[in-house]
Amino acid sequence: MKYALLIYGDEALQPAEGSPEFNEVYQGYYKFTEDITSEGVNRGGEALHNIEAATSVRVRNGEQTVTDGPFAETKEQLGGFYLIEVDDLDAAIGVAAKIPGVNTGTIEIRPLIDFG
Amino acid sequence: MTQSRTAIEAVFREEHGLVVAGLARYLGDLELAEDALQDACVAALGAWTEDIPRNPAAWLTTTARRKAVDRIRRTRNLQRKYEAIAQTLANVSDETLDEDIISDDRLRLIFTCCHPSLSIDARVALTLKTVGGLTTVEIANAYLVPETTMAQRIVRAKRKIRDAGIPYRVPGDAELPDRVHGVLAVIYLIFNEGYASSSIDAVRRPELAAEAIRLATIIDQLLPNEPEVLGLLALMHFHEARGTARTDEEGNAVLLDDQDRTLWDQGHITNATTYLDRALARETPGPYQIQAAISAVHIEAATPSDTDWDQIAALYCSLRRHINSPIVQLNHAVAVSKATDASKGLVMVDAISGLDEYPYFHTARASLLKELGRTSEAIRAYEQARDTSTSDAQRRFFERRLDELR
Repeated sequence: MKYALLIYGDEALQPAEGSPEFNEVYQGYYKFTEDITSEGVNRGGEALHNIEAATSVRVRNGEQTVTDGPFAETKEQLGGFYLIEVDDLDAAIGVAAKIPGVNTGTIEIRPLIDFG
Repeated sequence: MTQSRTAIEAVFREEHGLVVAGLARYLGDLELAEDALQDACVAALGAWTEDIPRNPAAWLTTTARRKAVDRIRRTRNLQRKYEAIAQTLANVSDETLDEDIISDDRLRLIFTCCHPSLSIDARVALTLKTVGGLTTVEIANAYLVPETTMAQRIVRAKRKIRDAGIPYRVPGDAELPDRVHGVLAVIYLIFNEGYASSSIDAVRRPELAAEAIRLATIIDQLLPNEPEVLGLLALMHFHEARGTARTDEEGNAVLLDDQDRTLWDQGHITNATTYLDRALARETPGPYQIQAAISAVHIEAATPSDTDWDQIAALYCSLRRHINSPIVQLNHAVAVSKATDASKGLVMVDAISGLDEYPYFHTARASLLKELGRTSEAIRAYEQARDTSTSDAQRRFFERRLDELR
C-alpha cells in the first residue's frame, strides 16, 4: 500500500539555517532518505518552505481571491512529506517513527487512494 | 431433535469470532467476511432445524466461503484483487480446521480490532461485534446509543481497517507488550462499563462484565501465561465476586467496609485466586496484577478491621510506578492513613491535584478530617462531595453522612 507521511512541526522551534542544530537535522533527513531508498520503499517526497511563503487561493462564484498564509492557522505546520510503499499500516508506522521530525513534531500517516 | 432458533443463535454467537477470523484472513476484508458469515447464518437457520452439525464452525466457514464467492461474483464492478481472491477461494479444498490456524486467526483479529489507530469507541464496538459475536442491537443497547449510530460506528471502523491498511497480524516481539496492553485496556473498559456503569444511576450491565471476562479468557487461551492477561482475569473475577454486595435493594452504593461479606461469591474468588497465583508465578509484575493483589488482600480479610493495610499501602506504592494517576494517589493516601494515621493520609491527600471534580476525593478528605476532629472542615468537604456528584444515589449517600455530622 502507498502512504503519504506528512511531517508537521512548530516552525518557531526550527533551528536557524546554517547552525550546527540545523546541519544535524539536515543530515538526519539525508540519512533517512537514503535508508528508505535502499529498503526500496521510497516513492518520493519534498520539503516545503515555511508558511511565510504560503499563498492560499479560492474561487467562489467565479471570483478568485488570493490571500497570504496557509489554509489554516495551526500550532504545527506542514513542513514536508514522503510517499512510501509498504505492506500495511504497521510497516508505515515503523517508517514514520524514524523520520527525524517525529521527535519534535507529529507525522500524520495518510493512505493514498488506489484508483487502479 | 428439533432445534430452536435460540439454540442455533447461541451457536452463532459462540462461533462468530472464530469463523470471521478465518474468513478475514482469506478475504483480507472484514466487511466482506462479516457479510458472508451473515449469509451462512441465514442458510444455517434453514439447514439446522433437525440437527446442529457436530462442528458448526467448519460448516459455517465452508458455507460462508461459498457465499463470499457468490457475493464477489454478484458485485458488478469487480475489482481485480477480488477476482483473484474469488479464484483462490473457489479452489480451496474444505481443509480441516486446524487448531493452530484457528488460534492464530483469532489472535490476529483481536489485535486488528484493538489497533491503536482506531478510536477507543471503535475498538470497543468492533471487539464486541467481531470477536465477541454480539449483534449491533445488543452493543447499541449496552452503550445506550441508537442502533444506527452503533451500526455506523462499526461500518466506519471496518472501512478504516481496509483503507488505512491495518494488518491482520500478531505484533512482533518488540511491539507485543504494548499491543497486548492495548487489548487488555479495551477489555477492561468493556468490563467497567458493565460493572461501574458510567451512564446512569447504579445500573449494572452484567452482560458486558461477563462478556469482558469471556474475551479475556479467549486471550488467555491464545496467549497462554501472559502475566498481565492473568492479572486482568484475576482482577475482574475479584470485582465480580463483590458484585451483588456493592448495592443495596434500593440501588444505593454500599462501601467496602459496610458490605455483607457473606454475599461475596466464592466461585469467582476461587477463579480469581487461581489466576493471580498463575500470574505471580511468572514474576513479571504489572498494573493489573498489582490491582488484583490489592483486591486479594481486601477479600482475604474476614472483617474490615482485619484488613492488612500495610500490605495494601505497599502495593499502591508499586502500582504508582506503573500508573501514577491522581486516583491511584488518592487510594494510596487512604491506605497509608489506615496503615499509619489520619494526619499522614491527609498530608498526602492535600498534595494531590486534579481531583476537584471527583466526589470521592472530597469524601476521602472528609472522613480523614472527621477522624482528626476537624468537624466543620469535614462538613465542608462532604458538601463539596455532594455538589460534585452526578448521581442521585451518591447525593443521598452524602446527605446521610452530612446529617450524622451536623
